[in-house]
Formats: sequence, C-alpha cells, structure tokens
Amino acid sequence: MTAPAAGQFCLRLLRRQLLLAVRRPVEIGNPLLFFAMVVALFPLGLGPAPGTLAGFASGVLWITALLSNLLTSDAVFRSDFEDGSLEQLLLAPQPLFLSVLAYIGAHWLTTGLLLALVSPVFALMLNLSTAALGALVASLLIGTALLSLIGGIGASLTVGLKRGGMLISLLILPLYMPVLIFGSAAVQAAVSGLPAGPYLAILGAMLCLAIALAPLAMAAGLRISIDA
Amino acid sequence: MWPIFHKLGSPPWLYAIAGSILRWLLPITLLALVTGAVWGLLFTQPERIQGNSYRIIYIHVPAAVVALAGYYVMALAGAVSLIWRMKMADVAMKAAAPVGAAFTFIALFTGAIWGKPTWGTWWVWDARITSMLILFFLYLGVVALYEAFDNKEAASKACAVLSLVGMVNIPIIYKSVDWWYALHQGATIKFTGESSIDSSMMYPLLLMIGAFYALFTCCLLLNMRVEILQRESRTQWVKKLATKAGRP
Repeated sequence: MTAPAAGQFCLRLLRRQLLLAVRRPVEIGNPLLFFAMVVALFPLGLGPAPGTLAGFASGVLWITALLSNLLTSDAVFRSDFEDGSLEQLLLAPQPLFLSVLAYIGAHWLTTGLLLALVSPVFALMLNLSTAALGALVASLLIGTALLSLIGGIGASLTVGLKRGGMLISLLILPLYMPVLIFGSAAVQAAVSGLPAGPYLAILGAMLCLAIALAPLAMAAGLRISIDA
Repeated sequence: MWPIFHKLGSPPWLYAIAGSILRWLLPITLLALVTGAVWGLLFTQPERIQGNSYRIIYIHVPAAVVALAGYYVMALAGAVSLIWRMKMADVAMKAAAPVGAAFTFIALFTGAIWGKPTWGTWWVWDARITSMLILFFLYLGVVALYEAFDNKEAASKACAVLSLVGMVNIPIIYKSVDWWYALHQGATIKFTGESSIDSSMMYPLLLMIGAFYALFTCCLLLNMRVEILQRESRTQWVKKLATKAGRP
C-alpha cells in the first residue's frame, strides 16, 4: 500500500461518512438542538441576571459543547460495527490508523465544527462579552476536534458493549478535563482583555499530540472490540 | 532472563511465588505500619502552627504517593500484557485497579479530614486535590470497563489500552490543573508554604511511605492470587489445591 493510495482511501472513507451524515440531516441537527437546550437550562437554574450569566458564560458554553460531543461520540463507530462494515475495514490492507482518522474527521465536521460556528449566537444569549467571541469560536474549533479524538478512544473500547452509553462517559470525562480547562481559560482570558493566544497554542499542541496518538489507541480498541 | 519470563506466564508458579513472598512480606508490612504509625502519631512533636492535626500526614502522604505509583504499576502491567501477551501481567493490572482506587480514596478522605481544622473546609479545588480526584475517576473507569465486558480476555486488553491512554494523560492533567489553579489563585486559602520538614518528623514519614508501598504490594499480590484462582478454577492444579485445603 503506497502512501498516496492510503490517503485516497482515507478521503473516500471521509466522503462516505459525510454522505451518510448528510442523508440524515436530523442527526446533524440533534447535537445543536441539545446544545441550545442545555444552554437554556443554565439561566433557569442560575437566574437570569446578565452579570451572573456573563460570569459563567465561558464555562457553560464549554461544558455544554463537551457534553454534546460526549453524547455523539458513542455513535461514531456503532452503526458500522453493527452492520459489519467495520470488520471489513479491519481486514482491509489500508492502515486502520488512517481509517479511524477519517471517522473522527467526519464526526468533527458534522458536530464540533457546526457547534463552534453557531456558538456566538448562544454566547450572546448568555451575555458573553463580544470581545471574547473570536476566542470562543477558535477555542471550540480546536477543542472539539480534540474532544472528538478522545471520545473516539472511548467509543472504540465500548462499541461492542450493549450498555456502552453510561460507561463511555465514565471513561472519557476525566480525559476531557484538560481540554475544558484550557478551552474555557482561553475565553476567560479574552473576556478580561488578555491575549487568548497562549491557551489556543496549548490546545493546538494537545491536538497535534492527540492526532498522532489517539488513532493508535482507537485502532487497538477497535481490534479488541471486534475480537470480543 | 527468558526462563523467568516463561515462569511468570505460568499461573501455578506465580500463585506459589506470590504466596511465599506474602509469607514474609505481610509480617514486615504490619510491623512497619505499626511502628511508623505509633512513632508518627504518638512520639513526634506537635507542629508549631497546626498542632496535632498535622499528624495525618503519616497516613495521607504515603497513601497519595502510593496511589500515583499504583497507576503506573497498573499501566505498565497493561503494556506488558499487550506487548508480550502475558496473561499474568493482566492479572496484575486487573488486581492493581481497585487497590489503587482504594489508596486514592484514602488520600482524598484523609485530606478532607485534615482540611477541616486547618483550612476550615472539607474540600478545596486545589490543583493537587483536583488531580487526585481525576486519578480516582481514572481508576474507577478501568474497573467499570473491566466489569462491562463478558469476555474477560477482551476486558483485560481494553483496560490495558485505557490505562495506557490514562498514563499519557496523567502528566497533562497534572500540568493543566496546576495551571488552572494558578489562574484562580486570588481568593483561595493560602498554604503554610513549603517549609522544610524537620528530620524528627521526616523519618517516621519515610518509614510510613515504605510501609505503604509494602502494603500496596501485599494487597496487589493477595488480589492477584484470588484472580488467578478464579481464572484457573477449572484446571487440575486448582482443584487439587481446593480438595487438599478442604480435606479435614
């Protein structure tokens, strides 16, 4: 298998996953709807005072994005595991490393990317300072990709289990915590007029590390799940 | 080196060797624990500022040290089982998870007890406390994942992968939480500062740390023996062992 051929295979896989997602637009909409609803819960719970909301906004938006990512992560490999196409993928000569990257790429394009793009609307509803909108979008763009990669590890380990839903959150929430810390810190910094760049740079560094290592763990996880 | 490797793969051999290690390690552990505890709790001077409440460090610090080391024991055992397919390594990994979780819990619990008189609160979102809490979650995640699989061989492999992922993450978590705390420093409680510990307090502490390492090893070996018996319950040697023990 030459490198260009493997890359092409990976792109085809990505296209397939995106096509599958586009054919079921409601499923693309669901995480966004979830995001909107959970954001709406916070003013109800914390009180609608603009000052209070503005103080919590960065954390609320980030935690909500994290939860919505968590809930969709469970499904990344599930349907392909159930209909057997994942098994074919494991047998294929193409490196599994790249194939899972295509799955995660598709997952991020249909959840994290959209979420980051619509987040300013919700940020305004929560009274987040407009100066921080750029940092919010940027941190979510990088951060959700990171979350998708980590979530994929959990998904690969639990895909063969019937009751995976709760378990996957227990496995990967602790691993999400550094992302949450730097993501919301970037927004906080922008709110208080400090540069968000350093935090975004750390998020970017973590993303690079995750792109290099997470597919290995996912590939191992999938092999275990298929064998079980 | 290889003969040892092959022997390590043999459940009866490991069961027996764990038994004979325990026979001398267990008394030594108990002796060290009792000596360290009595020395630390009764015969050291009260600390200048905290009075007697500081004495909990003789439990708290060793538990925290061993809890962290335990994760690496678990993850390395997981790595060995993944790489060399050693069945006994994943016995060690499986056995280490609940023990490590217990030590982490002891560290958190004693920390809370100490925090109440010293800081006036049971819980502070301090960097170290938070990263210990996350470590506790990581341990419980491994336990939960193992229990979720019906196929125990797959369970061990999955747990090995998870604990390796956790091992890569622990330094990141630790650093990030450290940084996060530095951000929020302003309003929280001030610590007494890193005053160098007096040697009269340090020796019992070192003894206790050693004793806790030994205690961890004992718990690990005991747990491994149980796990070996459970896995091998259908084999001849376990049946022989059982009937020999059961004979009046």
